[in-house]
Amino acid sequence: MNFKLKDIVPQLITVLAVVFIFGFFTYNAQINMENRGIDFGYGFLSQESSFDVQFSLIEYDGSHSYFRAYLVGLLNTILVSVIGIIIATILGVIVGVARLSPNYLINKFAAFYVEFFRNIPLLLQIFFWYFAALRALPLPQDAEAIFGVFFLTIKGLYVPAFIWQNLSIFLYSIVAAVLAIVIIRFHAKKVQENQGKQIPVFYISLGLLFILPLLSFFIGGVGLSFEVPVLKQLATTSFIYEGGVSLPPELIALTLSLSLYTATFIAECVRAGIQGVGKGQKEAAASIGLTPNQVLKLVIMPQALRIIIPPTTNQYLNLTKNSSLAAAIAYPDLVLVFAGTALMQTGKAIEIVSITMFTYLTLSISISILMNWYNKRIAIQEK
Amino acid sequence: MSKINFLKPDKSNLYTYLYLGSFLFFISISDVFLNSFFNVNLTGFLPNFLSFLLPLILGFIGLYFIRIEYSGINKLDLLNKHINTNNFNAILSLLIIFVIIKSIPPLLSWFVIDASFAGDSKDVCSGSGACWTYIKVWIRRFMYGMYPNAEQWRINLSFIALMLLGSVGYFATDRFKKYLTLYYVVIYPLIAFLFIFFFISGGPVFFDFSYGIIAAILSIIIGFFIPSKFKFYYFLIVPLALYIVLKYFLFFEEYIELGKLDGLNWVETGAWGGLSLTFIISFFCLIFCFPIGMAFALGRRSGFPLIRYISIGFIEFWRGVPLITVLFMSAVMFPMFLPADFFIDKLVRCIIAISLFEAAYVAEVIRGGLQALPRGQYEAAKSLGMGYWRMHIFVILPQALKLVIPGIANTFLALVKDTPLIFVVGLLEIVGMLNLAKTNPKWLGFAMEGYVFAAIIFWIICYAMSKYSYNLEQKYKTDR
Repeated sequence: MNFKLKDIVPQLITVLAVVFIFGFFTYNAQINMENRGIDFGYGFLSQESSFDVQFSLIEYDGSHSYFRAYLVGLLNTILVSVIGIIIATILGVIVGVARLSPNYLINKFAAFYVEFFRNIPLLLQIFFWYFAALRALPLPQDAEAIFGVFFLTIKGLYVPAFIWQNLSIFLYSIVAAVLAIVIIRFHAKKVQENQGKQIPVFYISLGLLFILPLLSFFIGGVGLSFEVPVLKQLATTSFIYEGGVSLPPELIALTLSLSLYTATFIAECVRAGIQGVGKGQKEAAASIGLTPNQVLKLVIMPQALRIIIPPTTNQYLNLTKNSSLAAAIAYPDLVLVFAGTALMQTGKAIEIVSITMFTYLTLSISISILMNWYNKRIAIQEK
Repeated sequence: MSKINFLKPDKSNLYTYLYLGSFLFFISISDVFLNSFFNVNLTGFLPNFLSFLLPLILGFIGLYFIRIEYSGINKLDLLNKHINTNNFNAILSLLIIFVIIKSIPPLLSWFVIDASFAGDSKDVCSGSGACWTYIKVWIRRFMYGMYPNAEQWRINLSFIALMLLGSVGYFATDRFKKYLTLYYVVIYPLIAFLFIFFFISGGPVFFDFSYGIIAAILSIIIGFFIPSKFKFYYFLIVPLALYIVLKYFLFFEEYIELGKLDGLNWVETGAWGGLSLTFIISFFCLIFCFPIGMAFALGRRSGFPLIRYISIGFIEFWRGVPLITVLFMSAVMFPMFLPADFFIDKLVRCIIAISLFEAAYVAEVIRGGLQALPRGQYEAAKSLGMGYWRMHIFVILPQALKLVIPGIANTFLALVKDTPLIFVVGLLEIVGMLNLAKTNPKWLGFAMEGYVFAAIIFWIICYAMSKYSYNLEQKYKTDR
């Protein structure tokens, strides 16, 4: 190794600058905290939190610790992201395909949707749904049932709750079905390679996925009943629904706006992906005698997915990060519960903001690492 | 005359099918049309369920009849090709037509017919339509925030002046064209700074800064007469020296007093708001995030491992966290990191935070452009004896930036759309002002109008930007 001065000096200057900035910040932080009598530490996480959260997936009240409050926020963030991702994907794929439709009206309709929702700030959309659109819903006592069991009111959406008996057997049956499908796929591939015969794997797996859980109802003693929400009068003008599951309006507004907004970007990714597959590929596949379905499944989709998946994962990440806007409409997500209420109560700004940022950072970086690995795996091996 | 088989339209009885089909189609459309515009139900005598579905069924049969390939009638063929290729498409087309017809009357009545425009109090808004009076009364707040009414001409004047100065590029003759980049990258932002800090703010905020600006402008002007051989050293030393001379030797306290623009009242940044604040923040973040992003993009592709790792760390950190937590950090955590007597204005902190955040995204976009360039370009530049900076400034960056115009435009759009988030630190731009106005006891219940108004404004801004970027992309597209 021969070190050159030319190579070392710029690096040294940069590193020194970074070290200086960080050192300056830490030094100031120490002095400031000493002046204000704040001590640094994560011990507060195990203290009693003594604040309530409106909506939580796990059992939580004021007597639990701050760490549990953090978990409540994190789970709420994950909940809204997962629902949003599912809806956005379905909507995005439909709109993306519709944009490629030869039908002029469908095409323009999809384009209008994309241009409309993409160019309005997400926060404005959230406010619109929460403060304007959902406020126009009826009061609980005036709400009309949708299909007799759903109630959409100003206080949220009430849906029937599932009440399971022997839920574990049902879950086992699903696991068994998935295992069977994996084995059958493996077998089918072998048969095709050895004998050239094709087994209709898709229909068999679909059947298995239906039949095995169905069998568990008849044989395994699994029972399922619904608990329909019932209107109950608290006072002369105050009504609530009892029973069932209630989804708060914040959750509805948030998922609605997040998925409508993100779906436009996913639609563009899907469109770009399908357009990115050369026309020659389609023609070549058709000319060797594949049916249109096979062309789509074996030639177009594998190539289109290679283009679609990386930017779409990026959009999923964006959706997850954007779900932090929940703080604006008081949906108790990580930012509101932890970086909002908990920070106000403890005053531990550095610790709490760093934990919050670190959580999001872990989430995004783990997904990007996964994506890079996937990208490398599916990338075209060029010689 | 050949036999008519209604299950299988063919060309031999073209006109029969055509007339019958168009008639059915026309009936179905007019049924929906009359129903939604004049509240007349043609099929009211039928059972409820059938009356609801009848237009769809009739329209579907009508479209089925006129779906005749190669009919020889140009318009019919075009229609079939565009909206009527098969049964599925026909139903979708019908549904979309129905949705459009159905949604026009309520929208029209809400926006225009039942809406109230006149007056200046809530009482005129009793109809079922929108209350544009609300917007009319609050428009100054939505545009200028809490900025005093009497001083708002300052904002208008600065924006008009900046717009005129910004359009200089269109009128520049060939002789001055080569200085345009310098103008837009250095001089124009400085002038904008001057306007914002001295004209809109009008106070002693960062007055110290003016020495820096004067030094920079002076040194740039003198810089034109310096032979290019010494230019690098000149710009390394002279601006700083000028600044020090100006600040500590030439100007004294009395002069500062003179420069304070006594005629203007100081308006603190907390009172700024509305759409003008959106513009100010977007403008400055746009200016700052671009060079920072470019530096980190180059850093990420640099040959020095330490610089590369620092750049990767910076980019991945900002890309991994949501903007709202960054703003939280700038609001509650950042003051802890600064000396106790050192105060940075809330707005400035906000601009720094958003700029750093967006710079990471810009860096990734530019890196994409750098990676897309063929290696031959680098090698060709090096073989001409260019150094690192020369190669990048004259060969690599012009090509790479051209490639990533759409990506950059998307990032800038995201920036404009992210500005409402500054409500976290208590600054209220247009969306924040809307939320404030909505809770005013005199004007309760007009949330919808406000959000629609803001949505229209943002939509126009963003759509115009995306169209402009598309034009730029077409203009600078070169065939490779």
